[in-house]
Amino acid sequence: MRRDIFQAIADPTRRAIIALIALQSMTPNAIADNFHTTRQSVSKHLRILTECQLVKQEQQGREIYYSLEIEKMKEIDKWIEQFRKIWETRFNQLDNVLSTMKKQKK
Amino acid sequence: MNNSLLFDFTVDKAAKTVYITREFDAELSLVWDAFTKAELIDQWIAPKPMTAKTKYQDFKVGGKRFYAMISPEGQERWAIQEYTSITPKTNFKMYNAFADAAENPELPGSEWDHTFSEQNATTKVNITIYNESLERLERILDGFTQGMKMSLANLENLLATLSKK
Repeated sequence: MRRDIFQAIADPTRRAIIALIALQSMTPNAIADNFHTTRQSVSKHLRILTECQLVKQEQQGREIYYSLEIEKMKEIDKWIEQFRKIWETRFNQLDNVLSTMKKQKK
Repeated sequence: MNNSLLFDFTVDKAAKTVYITREFDAELSLVWDAFTKAELIDQWIAPKPMTAKTKYQDFKVGGKRFYAMISPEGQERWAIQEYTSITPKTNFKMYNAFADAAENPELPGSEWDHTFSEQNATTKVNITIYNESLERLERILDGFTQGMKMSLANLENLLATLSKK
């Protein structure tokens, strides 16, 4: 199932997990130690993040380590940047409208 | 263009809210008009190459503006804004929803809040947009980028035609 990347980061626990593993890859147990929640609930969040391809898993010995997919995070920045661009264009157009209005007033 | 004018744009995805602040080199009454009078809104609200047209507007609480964003190919995307609160030259709020050409809204929409203030002949506008659904935000963006892409494709075609000559 393909999930919406924004759904992934709409949850505060998942954002906290992202912040944690942005620094270093971690096992689910190590991640769960940082939250007052069950190991099961952390696993669920990790599964959603994995489905969104925001995190990747790596097997090291008997442990699975989770780390952040930096490229996928950049997609979010790009998305916001496109939005910003639309508003920038809009407001530049508005600057022109206002300057015409000013001239007409005189 | 005055580049020292403030422009701030942030998206709080957890709160599903977009915050926009912009200063304008004009007195408040002009900026207020540019945001609230349909014939002026239509001149700037659609990022080029899109255009906007308002079918009707009734700027009062409970009144509506029914308008379309039109792509360079003439494709119309209709939307309805309902004014939910108006404090003249200070603040107005509205509920914005996509619609079909027969004015049937597609819910959920988004809640818009505009606040105007003037200082030293510069007018500052704060806009917050709350979206119940982030997917809806993505849809808006898709619409705009498609409009842009299409006009770029047109330009490429034109250039290709010209170069063949």
